[in-house]
This record gives sequence, structure tokens and C-alpha cells, in this order.
Amino acid sequence: MDRIPLLKIGDFLLVTVQVDMHDRLAVALQDDLTERIVTSRARGVLIDISALDIVDSFIGRMLGNIAAMARILDAETVVVGMQPSVAITLVELGLSLPGIRTALNIDRGMDLLRAAAGEMGATDSDGREAV
Amino acid sequence: MTVEKQSELPLRAQEDVVAARQFVRSWAVELGLNLVDQTKIITAASELARNAVIHGGGGLIRIEILLDTGKRGMRLTFEDQGPGIVDIERAMSDGYTTGNGLGLGLGGAKRLSHEFSIESKPGAGTRISIIRWKS
Amino acid sequence: MMVVSTHPISEVIQRHENELLADWLRLQNQNLASRRDRISESQLRANSQDFVMGLREAMSVSDSVDTTQPAWARLREILAEFSKQRAALGFSPAETATFVFSFKQALFGKLRQEYGGDPAKFAELTWAATEILDQLGLFTVQVYTKTRESVILRQQQELLELSTPVVELWTGILALPLIGTLDSNRTQVVMQNLLEAIVAKEADLAIIDITGVPTVDTLVAQHLLKTVAAARLMGADCIISGIRPQIAQTIIHLGVDLGAVITKATLADAFRLALKKKNLSIGTR
Repeated sequence: MDRIPLLKIGDFLLVTVQVDMHDRLAVALQDDLTERIVTSRARGVLIDISALDIVDSFIGRMLGNIAAMARILDAETVVVGMQPSVAITLVELGLSLPGIRTALNIDRGMDLLRAAAGEMGATDSDGREAV
Repeated sequence: MTVEKQSELPLRAQEDVVAARQFVRSWAVELGLNLVDQTKIITAASELARNAVIHGGGGLIRIEILLDTGKRGMRLTFEDQGPGIVDIERAMSDGYTTGNGLGLGLGGAKRLSHEFSIESKPGAGTRISIIRWKS
Repeated sequence: MMVVSTHPISEVIQRHENELLADWLRLQNQNLASRRDRISESQLRANSQDFVMGLREAMSVSDSVDTTQPAWARLREILAEFSKQRAALGFSPAETATFVFSFKQALFGKLRQEYGGDPAKFAELTWAATEILDQLGLFTVQVYTKTRESVILRQQQELLELSTPVVELWTGILALPLIGTLDSNRTQVVMQNLLEAIVAKEADLAIIDITGVPTVDTLVAQHLLKTVAAARLMGADCIISGIRPQIAQTIIHLGVDLGAVITKATLADAFRLALKKKNLSIGTR
């Protein structure tokens, strides 16, 4: 089964969703991301959905789950690139994606993640706060 | 009202949900729906197709192009022989979930469509129809 | 050897082409007295010449009076182009059809000249001419109507877009000044335009100004809120400005919950806030 590739960029993980995912693939992504956040000590996750024409309640829940799990692991999640028609449909559907930050594109998303990581305070690799 | 053309697809596995989305998309484009309307009906189809697979034990989707006094539209019907829905009203209210989540699916599909109808009885399966007319 | 049957009318046209044209142009000018500004003399002459030539050709290869036949295709094409032109220029359907119908008078004159002494033949030919020209006249009206409909549709679209422009106030800051009454349909189109502009201009701040909107009903208020929510999902924030006291009252009456949406009294206030959010300020040299 194909899995969606995850990229490590600095302290963050970048996921670009480009296929029409069936549910199993979405769940696999969720699991992969969670594991990778831990193993790579990522401070944030950037999910690029600019290629998605459809975001239904299952994908919406997946995004929410990823954000919730990431937060427990001390990482922020930003979803970027939502298409206007998808946004309009999600609002109509009643999905609000609580707890998920959004940005227009990867650049802005990275800015958001860096700002959030900065707010959380600089830490060295042992997780201790720098003085 | 006449049916200009119709087709059916099985809904047995997750891959069928993806196939249903793509099929509905191609007919929606052919019908000439604008991008937002396309997105709405494909999203509604995704919700209902998934329900049929996961909660209905599998079923089918029927796609029809309708012609009714000067307006054309698309009707999607989702049928399954599953356990049926005990309390339809409750199932339609958002947030209601049976674990894997029927929540938002039914109510959402209704909000995304011009017309919505549902028939379901415990033990007698479920049939849901939605229509979107071309503006 | 192929036998080509030439209709007598075609021969008449051939023999008297110049006079026919002159007579016809004179008749048209009489009818179009008020329209001289819309169409030039040379254009009229060109149109008329094309028609006469096309008619002669069609009738030289066929003696059928059924203008849907292939022999008439070329002439129908000429008439279709002509009809579209006239529709685009703003002529009425009657004025457009008169082009063809006025030819009857000119043609009958020549037919009488040639066949006046043979009443039966004359009657037959005028009947045939009437058949043909009536069909062609109706055809121009058909094409005209279709063209007019698509022109109107396009104008409506342009009007809609013109009346709701999205303006880039600054890098990353858009403004949508809404003017006039908003119906549900227009609001949806307008809102979609805004969301698309947000993507196109990579703007994460949009000011929706409703100073110029006299009334807001529940549906419009809901559309506004949905747009703000959709923009948020895309990663952009909206500020609604220009809420007049009456509209504020209506919103409260309707029980619409503006929630976390930022509102400002004027577009200027909203712009100031937008600049602040972006850590920008306007200074003097």
C-alpha cells in the first residue's frame, strides 16, 4: 500500500497530500505522522492540502486527530492551502476544524510554526530550557 | 421529470468510495455544475458512500441525470441492506456518532444538497437520495 | 453531364442585380432612417451585396424553396453573421428581419417587369419568393434572439463583477466594498470572488465593507459569516466594517451571532487595524 511521504524541514515535518485518499491511507498517514513526530522530535507539523479538491468529514476528523496528537507531543499543526470551494463546502458541512491553525501557503505556514516554536521557548536537545 | 441517463456503482470497500467520488465528479463536470457546486455534491457523495460501506455493510450508489421542466440536475441514491437506522432524527443531528462516526455525515449531506430524502428501518436497510440542480 | 436547374428568380436577380441592389438600399435607408448612427452606408451596401449574391447562388443550383436544404447553407451562414452583428449593435429583432423582408419589395418590382405579362408565372414566382424570403426573415430573427440572449447573459455577468470589485489596499490586505442591495445569489458570487482573490493575491487580511449596503437580512448575514469562516479555514482573517446603527440593530434582532468576527465602524478604522496586525504604520517623510 502506498504511504504518503513525510519530509523533515528543520524542526518541522511537512506533508503534502496529493492523492484522493481512501480511509485506510488517511489513517496510515495519521499513524505515520504521530510516530515521526516522536522519532524526529519535531516541533511542528505542516499539512499542505492545496491539491485536495475534496475534504469530507473523515479527512476533517483526521486533520483534527493529527493536531490533537501533535499537541500532546508538544508540536503545533498548521494546515495550508485550502481551496476556496473546499472551504465553502466545509463551512456548509458544519466542519470547523477546531484546534487547527491555518495559513495560505507553505511559506506563511512555516512562519506560523516558527513563531509558535519561538513562543514555546528555545530548548536544547535535552528539552531543557535555555537560560 | 425524466432521467436522461443513469449508472450504478457498487459500494463494497473503501476503494469504492474513492471511485464513487471520481465518478460523481466526472458527471458533475459534464452536467456543467460550477466548481463550488461540484465540490458540494462530491463531498456529500463521499459522506453517504462511506456510510453505506461502513454502516450499511455495503451497497450501491445510483447516479442519475435528471431533466425537469427546463432545469437539469443530478440525483444520487445510496442503498444498502444493512441494519438500518433506529432513530433517523437523532442520526441526522450533527455530532451524533456510533463510534466510527455517522456524525455530520447525514446532516452534512442534507445541507450540501438541494433535496434530500431518507428511508430506513431497522433490519430493512437504508436508502438515501440527494439532488443538486444546475443553477 | 449534370443538369443544373436554375430558378427563374435567380436569372432575374442576375439580369437586374445593380438596380435591385439600388432599389433595395433605398428601401432600407427609408426604414432605417433613425439608425444611421449605428451602421455605415458602406457596411449596409456590403451586407446587401452579400445577400443578393448568396441568394442568386443558392437559387442557381436548386429550384427548391426549402431553405433548410444544403444549397442554402452558405446564404444562411451569411444571414447568421449579419444577425449576430445587428444584435451586437443593438438593433431590434424587427429592424434585423426588415433587412430580408424589404428585399421582397425590390424583387417583386423586377419580377413584375420580367413576368408582368404572364400572370400565372408571375403569381408562381412571387409565391416562391415570398416562401423563401419569409423563411430567411424568420431565420434572422431566430439567430438574433439567440445572440441577444447570450449578450444579455454576458452583460449581466460583467455587471455583477464590475459592481463588486475586490481591491488590494496594500500587500496582503484586500478590501471588498459592497454597494447596493445584496440578494442571496449576488452575495454568493461576491463572496466566492473574495475567496479567490485571497488566494490570487496571497492576502491574509480582508476587509468587507458594508457601508453602502442599505439592508441586511438573515440570509445575507449568514452568507457574510460563512465567508468569514471560509476565509479563516484558508488562513485569512476578515474584518467587517461599515456597520451602520440600523444594520447593527437588524443583526441583533435577527439573533445573528457575529461571534469572534472583528467589526469596525469605518473602512478607515478597519484599514488601521489591518496595518497594525501586520506591524505596519503610515509615517510622514
